[in-house]
Amino acid sequence: MKTFLIRRVLTAIPLIIVVTFITKALLVASPGNYLDSLKLIPSISPDYIAQMESKYHLDSNNVFERYWYWFWPALQGDFGFSFTKSASVWSLIGERVPNTLLLTGSALIFSWVFAIPLGMIAAVHRNRWIDKIIGFISFFGLSIPSLFFSLLMILFAAKTRLFPVGGIHNQVMWDSMSAWERFVDTSWHLVLPMIVLGTIGLAQYVRQMRSEMIETLSQDYIRTARAKGLSRWRVLTRHALGNAINPLITIFGFSLASLLAGALLTEYVFAWPGLGTLTFDALINKDEPLVMASVVMLVLMLVVGNMFADILLGIIDPRIRLE
Amino acid sequence: MMLKQNKEVTLVAPDGSSAEIVVDAVERVAPIRGRSPSEILWLKLRRNRTAMIGLYTLAVMYAAAILAGFIAPYSYDNARHDLPFYPPMIARIHIFDDEGNLSRPFVYHLIPVDPQLATYRDDTSRRYPLRLFVRGDSYHILWLIKSNIHLFGVDEPGHIFLFGSDKVGQDIFSRILYGAQVSLSIGIVGIIISTIIGMIVGGIAGYFGGATDFAIMRIVEILLALPSLYFILILRQSFGTGMSSVHIYFIIVIILAFIGWATEARVIRGMVMSIKEQEYVIAARAMGFSNARIIIRHILPNTLSFVIVTATLSVPFFILSEVALSFLGVGIQEPEPSWGNMLVAAQNNRYLTDFPWVLIPGLFIFLAVMSWNFLGDGLRDAADPRTLS
Repeated sequence: MKTFLIRRVLTAIPLIIVVTFITKALLVASPGNYLDSLKLIPSISPDYIAQMESKYHLDSNNVFERYWYWFWPALQGDFGFSFTKSASVWSLIGERVPNTLLLTGSALIFSWVFAIPLGMIAAVHRNRWIDKIIGFISFFGLSIPSLFFSLLMILFAAKTRLFPVGGIHNQVMWDSMSAWERFVDTSWHLVLPMIVLGTIGLAQYVRQMRSEMIETLSQDYIRTARAKGLSRWRVLTRHALGNAINPLITIFGFSLASLLAGALLTEYVFAWPGLGTLTFDALINKDEPLVMASVVMLVLMLVVGNMFADILLGIIDPRIRLE
Repeated sequence: MMLKQNKEVTLVAPDGSSAEIVVDAVERVAPIRGRSPSEILWLKLRRNRTAMIGLYTLAVMYAAAILAGFIAPYSYDNARHDLPFYPPMIARIHIFDDEGNLSRPFVYHLIPVDPQLATYRDDTSRRYPLRLFVRGDSYHILWLIKSNIHLFGVDEPGHIFLFGSDKVGQDIFSRILYGAQVSLSIGIVGIIISTIIGMIVGGIAGYFGGATDFAIMRIVEILLALPSLYFILILRQSFGTGMSSVHIYFIIVIILAFIGWATEARVIRGMVMSIKEQEYVIAARAMGFSNARIIIRHILPNTLSFVIVTATLSVPFFILSEVALSFLGVGIQEPEPSWGNMLVAAQNNRYLTDFPWVLIPGLFIFLAVMSWNFLGDGLRDAADPRTLS
């Protein structure tokens, strides 16, 4: 277990270096920089701009040089200051990461909690009407563009006034709320974006769960267990489920990237103050330090998520040893 | 053997109906013999109802996109600034006149009551019959045919906004048709480019193996591991802003193909690795053919059915990415329509609740993605050798 963790962390390092280098190279290649917008403001003196330019090495077009000026301080934990928000990059990201984790985490729980029973029901009642309905729902979930789905949800929220139309909490009342009220308020704001983001995964997991379950149920040991006189329920939950769920966890590792990409759109539409919208704004404004730190954060989230999936697989499947 | 037996059974079968079933079975299975994999794929696909529904829907949508200028009653940038957020008229086409008699379909003249609030009322004294092949804005079909005859329309000063009008009084129905040209074609063009890259790169990796394979597969892994939308956005920003929509269109296609080839390459590499061990490849090598010829002429054609499946299943990625980019404001720019930038109006909560028809382009994105998924699923089942019998 220990060697496994150490090796995973070590393999993540070249990944982070490659990805940040590509990002830096693309940022250097992109025409213009943040200072261009400052140059248009007459009240900002050219001296100040020249000072900024040399301070952040924006005058150099050498990718390796620019990367090094970012990499060396970053290695020591200094990710610099945001150009646009005049705050340290870490504090900005630190504010947003919990929000993104809350959204993606609850979306994941949402999709798993519904996908496993639905997939099992569909497999057990294969080719019956209930299987067809579940199949239709999962196909619907797989095909509905999350952008369109988000907008439909906001329309629903605005028309019925059952849910807030966006944001993470009630801005006006937030300061006067008790801890419990804050929890309820945040959960209330979370429901719709969670459903939107969770539906994509839900559809994938249901289909996978169904086919794995059908495969597992046709195995000899299931017939043996039934022949032994075990109840159907016990065979399903104790014998079949554990075996059918393995590939799902592998898929979970793969789908993290698409979950984070989906989170960007969902956050944008629901005005959810997460890492996705922060990164997008930083990109649009050419806020280089912020973009770089967000990319590092995204890759870290992916690596940790995948590691988590592997550990989970090791716990559920005793045949897999983490070494 | 089995086929022959089946046939004999039909000959001696006393009962007419059962004989028909058996004959049917023979006819269904028999043609598979001696046919190319692509033909088998098509024969099996034709039996899959949902896949065929998807295929027909796509055929209609793509045909409509090509003929957009003819079908759309207005040009995409024909803005009537005095008629913003005109409600959809598809439900306001009357076929009964005031006396309740059946008449040819007509619409009433609509008078803006308060342009600020976008409220209108019917002027029942003025009606405009729906006419076929009316003259209107001029357009091109595939840059070749220039015309100004539209499939349907009403005489000026009447208006026909089937799906309503948008913020600046442009016809949403017409813009959806023109937007389809962008949003639907990006899927096809993108998938063709990325499939070609994927076939070449995957073929090289699988055929040569060793260090080449290792290097290529690490790149593929990184591409697949990254959240694509972030990568697309970073790539998009590196091209800068302030370009024409045509320019942006090609940039988007290039970016998406650059990211999309990884999926194809991984599938093809795996297939090539198993195919290259087969006798006919070894024979080709023994005959002294060049590596390029063996890969292109002998190995890659055998991966074709799987390439088609993977490609079909990847098309939604291209369509949705273009929609996302245009929605986020870094894709196709106004006044050129795309299904993505048309949805920007729905970002405004007031527009969304008061004029929900701004969401209609989303329905078409949904329809297109679902049809591609239907078709892709059907193709995957058809390409699965286990379903052969």
